[in-house]
Amino acid sequence: MTEGCGAISRRDVLKTSAAGAAIAGSLGPGGMAMAQAGANAPPHMPVRMEVNGKPVSLDLDTRTTLLDALREHLKFTGTKKGCDHGQCGACTVIVNGRRINSCLTLAVMHEGDTVTTIEGLGTPDNLHPMQAAFVAHDGYQCGYCTPGQICSAVSVLEEIRAGIPSHVTQDIGKAPAMTTTEMRERMSGNICRCGAYSNIAEAMADVAGVKAEGVKA
Amino acid sequence: MRPFTYERAASARDAAAKAAATPGARFIAGGTNLLDLMKLEIETPTHLIDVNGLGMDKIEPIDGGGLRIGALVRNTDLAADARVRKSYGVLTRALVAGASGQLRNKATTAGNLLQRTRCPYFYDVNMPCNKRKPGSGCAAIGGFSRQLAVIGTSDACIATHPSDMAVAMRVLDASVETIRPDGTTRAIPIADFHLLPGSTPQKETALDKGEMIISVALPKPRGGTHIYRKVRDRASYAFALVSVAAVINRDGTGAVALGGMAHKPWRVEEADALLPKGSKAVAERLLAGATPREDNAFKLTLAQRTIASVIAEAKA
Ligand SMILES: Cc1cc2nc3c(=O)[nH]c(=O)nc-3n(C[C@H](O)[C@H](O)[C@H](O)COP(=O)(O)OP(=O)(O)OC[C@H]3O[C@@H](n4cnc5c(N)ncnc54)[C@H](O)[C@@H]3O)c2cc1C
Ligand code: SF4
Ligand code: FES
Ligand code: FES
Repeated sequence: MTEGCGAISRRDVLKTSAAGAAIAGSLGPGGMAMAQAGANAPPHMPVRMEVNGKPVSLDLDTRTTLLDALREHLKFTGTKKGCDHGQCGACTVIVNGRRINSCLTLAVMHEGDTVTTIEGLGTPDNLHPMQAAFVAHDGYQCGYCTPGQICSAVSVLEEIRAGIPSHVTQDIGKAPAMTTTEMRERMSGNICRCGAYSNIAEAMADVAGVKAEGVKA
Repeated sequence: MRPFTYERAASARDAAAKAAATPGARFIAGGTNLLDLMKLEIETPTHLIDVNGLGMDKIEPIDGGGLRIGALVRNTDLAADARVRKSYGVLTRALVAGASGQLRNKATTAGNLLQRTRCPYFYDVNMPCNKRKPGSGCAAIGGFSRQLAVIGTSDACIATHPSDMAVAMRVLDASVETIRPDGTTRAIPIADFHLLPGSTPQKETALDKGEMIISVALPKPRGGTHIYRKVRDRASYAFALVSVAAVINRDGTGAVALGGMAHKPWRVEEADALLPKGSKAVAERLLAGATPREDNAFKLTLAQRTIASVIAEAKA
């Protein structure tokens, strides 16, 4: 984004502004604040990260979320924006080996970090085992939540293996067991409007090498 | 979101001094609450001080017993810590009952304590709210109050504090350790950390301007059976309607605190003393002076029953 003499287009405002729900609100006060800022356009900062194995260097409006940096600036559009408020999990990516909601973090806070998105997990010719299992088990319908579900699912298996307890862990003194009950609880931050949950659970059980148990959703 | 400048703090002392000296400055830790509110322009900082990367992400033993939890320890790491699981189980249980796996990977100890209310009218910038805009009125009083507070409320605000972690910390008698802009430090007992709304619901904690949380100290393990029971509209990933944090000893004594009921974790030490007498006596004392509305009066019954079930579980 280039700074002219305060002439920031509506598209730029939309690009860096927040939630679908908040757009109307931001265009009013947010747009005005920027117009008033005039000559001193919104603050920008450089940030370097490694995204899907490649170093990237960006100069961003400080307001840019990691999600918008990935989608709008780096064109990794696999990661999806659902709610933009941490509620749906569609924006889940893996940063330094842990899954987070990329919509609730600023890109400039990730200097030096390693980010993996759905594009970095595998490619159409060389799918990650979790991607292959989602295909094999029909773990999606419209597919909008799927990149977030898969990034989460990969991390969930790692979190269970690492011994991190969950709400359904019976005995927190012991390591949690690799069960679909554990997997389902840990996937609750990923919402699927199409209700592909039971197939997602089967895909995960398949990758984990356990038998899927529990009620069909 | 409004434009803001951003810097990475060089030290805790530097962060506190800058926060006090820079108008419109705020700390940012995990960002999971602050950014949510900034997108809605409920929070409008003009300068962010990033306190990640100050090495405050460790959990260390305290001489003579106890644990010191760095302000930047992520909720996931705190819940998973072997010492916490062994001796402060109620804290692990409360943490894993909150938010989602992704959020817990980012959310910090300090940020969790300082997260703001989930009152729907606080979130709706078109409605009056004394907390968001002091003096504008309270849309929740007379509005939909099902999720809101039933005790310790005021004519100005009936919001609840939404944290699960804080309720466990209250029952464990934690203290919040801070650094002030002049470099001095202090420890605030968790009981005094969160405030009741009174006539200034915008003032939520005992922190002064620029004061920064550096750690939370847990006293020596108190033994007992640790339980955190959260009652909510969904089995996972929902804020509490009512929650009970309890540590109960073999002889029936112990401590209990409630979440989802008030502007702060709700504990009354005289009610703890009644634990050997059973849940009814405890609930009566704990909830004395409650001011429920039509929509949320059910929380009183729910709290009493949840306390009863927690005591029964501890005995079993
Ligand atoms: C969809 C959703 C569901 C959730 N469900 C739950 C739930 O069920 N239970 C629950 O307990 N929580 C829940 N949460 C809230 C979550 O726990 C908080 O957002 C999180 O703990 C905040 O921590 P943070 O580090 O991200 O804080 P930030 O957003 O970084 O900061 C929050 C506040 O703390 C201040 N701050 C941060 N660090 C310091 C410091 N060191 N000193 C002084 N001030 C500081 C900031 O200035 C800011 O005002 C949920 C959140 C979301 C989005
Ligand atoms: S209850 Fe408190 S937070 Fe909710 S609208 Fe009233 S003043 Fe605002
Ligand atoms: S887009 Fe991030 S959680 Fe919904
Ligand atoms: S597959 Fe459509 S939202 Fe999940």
